[in-house]
Amino acid sequence: MRCSPDLQTLAWELVRKVSNRKIMLMLSPALIVLGGLCLGGLAVALFRSLGVQILTGTGKPSLDAYQAVLRQPEFLQSLGFSLYIALMATFMSTVIAIWAAILLRQQFAGRGVLAFLFQLTLTLPHLIGAIGILYLLSQSGLIARLAYGIGVIDQPSAFPALVYDRFGIGIIVQYIWKEVPFITLILLAQMQTLGEDYESVARSLGASRWQSIRHVLFPMILPGVLAASVLVFAFTFGAYEVPLILGPNAPATLPVLAYRKFTDVDLAARPQAMALAVIISVISAVLVALYVWTVRRQDRWA
Amino acid sequence: MTAARVRFRGVAVWVLALWSVLPLVPLVIWSIAHGWRFPDILPAKTTLAAWSFALSDASGVLVSLGVTAGIAATTTLVSLVIALPAARVLGMHDFRAKSLVQTLILTPVLVPGIAVALGLHGIFLSLGLTNRLIGVVLVHLVPALPYMILILTAVFAAYDRAFEDQARSLGASPLQTLWYVTLPAILPGVLVASLFTFLISWSQFLLTLMIGGGRVVTMPLLLFGFATSGRNDLTGAIALIYILPGIAILIVTSRYLSGRPAAIVALGRA
Repeated sequence: MRCSPDLQTLAWELVRKVSNRKIMLMLSPALIVLGGLCLGGLAVALFRSLGVQILTGTGKPSLDAYQAVLRQPEFLQSLGFSLYIALMATFMSTVIAIWAAILLRQQFAGRGVLAFLFQLTLTLPHLIGAIGILYLLSQSGLIARLAYGIGVIDQPSAFPALVYDRFGIGIIVQYIWKEVPFITLILLAQMQTLGEDYESVARSLGASRWQSIRHVLFPMILPGVLAASVLVFAFTFGAYEVPLILGPNAPATLPVLAYRKFTDVDLAARPQAMALAVIISVISAVLVALYVWTVRRQDRWA
Repeated sequence: MTAARVRFRGVAVWVLALWSVLPLVPLVIWSIAHGWRFPDILPAKTTLAAWSFALSDASGVLVSLGVTAGIAATTTLVSLVIALPAARVLGMHDFRAKSLVQTLILTPVLVPGIAVALGLHGIFLSLGLTNRLIGVVLVHLVPALPYMILILTAVFAAYDRAFEDQARSLGASPLQTLWYVTLPAILPGVLVASLFTFLISWSQFLLTLMIGGGRVVTMPLLLFGFATSGRNDLTGAIALIYILPGIAILIVTSRYLSGRPAAIVALGRA
């Protein structure tokens, strides 16, 4: 039996209405929990940064906490330090990972072992990496001992300060260690779905190996590069335990500074901690949006 | 391929492989060192004292392992129950507000955890949820749930609904269809998603510190305490105990990972 087109559309409309309600029902637990916890947490931080207690509704909104934060010279130093670390770590991890992914795509002896070691790094918490790097790079660490052993340095203090340093070298090295395998494996998965046909065609049409990578492979993996590096940037900008363990006392990264304000004996610093939380979130959101926008634009010109 | 390039590749592979395990090397050495002073490259004497202390009641490691595993298992179970229906919808249906819903679900991935935790602390405090296991489980849902949904969505996107329709048309009840058709088909994906969500909770530091208030001592908090107290030998032993579940989970799931970006992303955020 065939329905008239109108009747058929009507039937579909009905089915869709029912299933739309069902769809909302199935999504609602996740949306309520995530919306409540994540957006709720951010909203409370925003209100408290403005001096308003959201539960009691007391307090008059003011920008005092923001003014206090912005007036301290340590804020700009922390902001600069956090941005520098996140950008350096993201850029270097991404470049190394693209190269490593192209390497790992080839077939060679030991490929499986290296891929497994990269997967292993994924499972190791940042805390472990941070402590490991500390024991590796400190002035009495394993590298310094090796440097002494081959006669490069004659005492621990002659070894360059690679942790607790104001260039954040230890922090950046830790991020590169953890994030290169992360980006590499995402890109490998993406290359696997793409296959090698496009590059083979380019090569058979006379493109060099480099040209086929630059003009054929790279534009195709760009979305994966973008997605992975945005995740890395957002993480490294907002991370707490790595700069806590490997970073200098001053400048502290913004998350470390925010936590210090939060645990300050002076309770008046609490709204400042909230203001810092809001500032971190806004900067993170703006930079992620800007980054996505820029790379998309580049993509169009490429 | 030229011989020079093959040789370069061999060197590169060795460098990358060594570099991947390098931060673990001093942890292993410290855990068996009996005094390891500068400039000794290897400790003169080795001992298992750090290991036997770490595994004794005095260190608190065993209790902490239980607490951490309990929190991670509960977080995983709650995430699974919430994520399954949502992931099925996201993986198998198109609807109007889909991209908005996806954005909302991914928000916790991009928003710094410290911002969320600072805000939630006040609410949890007035609800009496701070310093307690239940509060820690709740706050662990923030990083865990998005990844559970992400992996399961990929599982459902690859799932063919026609099998369910066939079962139904052959007379199976909805419950029978769920039990005999749907579940076996998605089970491997569900297992992997659960293991990775477990690992995400297992590695949380800041959220536990803030909401647990130092009273809920999970493994990373215990480890951090030893690391800042300067007991490098104990830190090494406890660090190696702490990473064992992750390695075990990887050995089980390693084959599943290749070609599945969602699973890789989730594992990488642990």
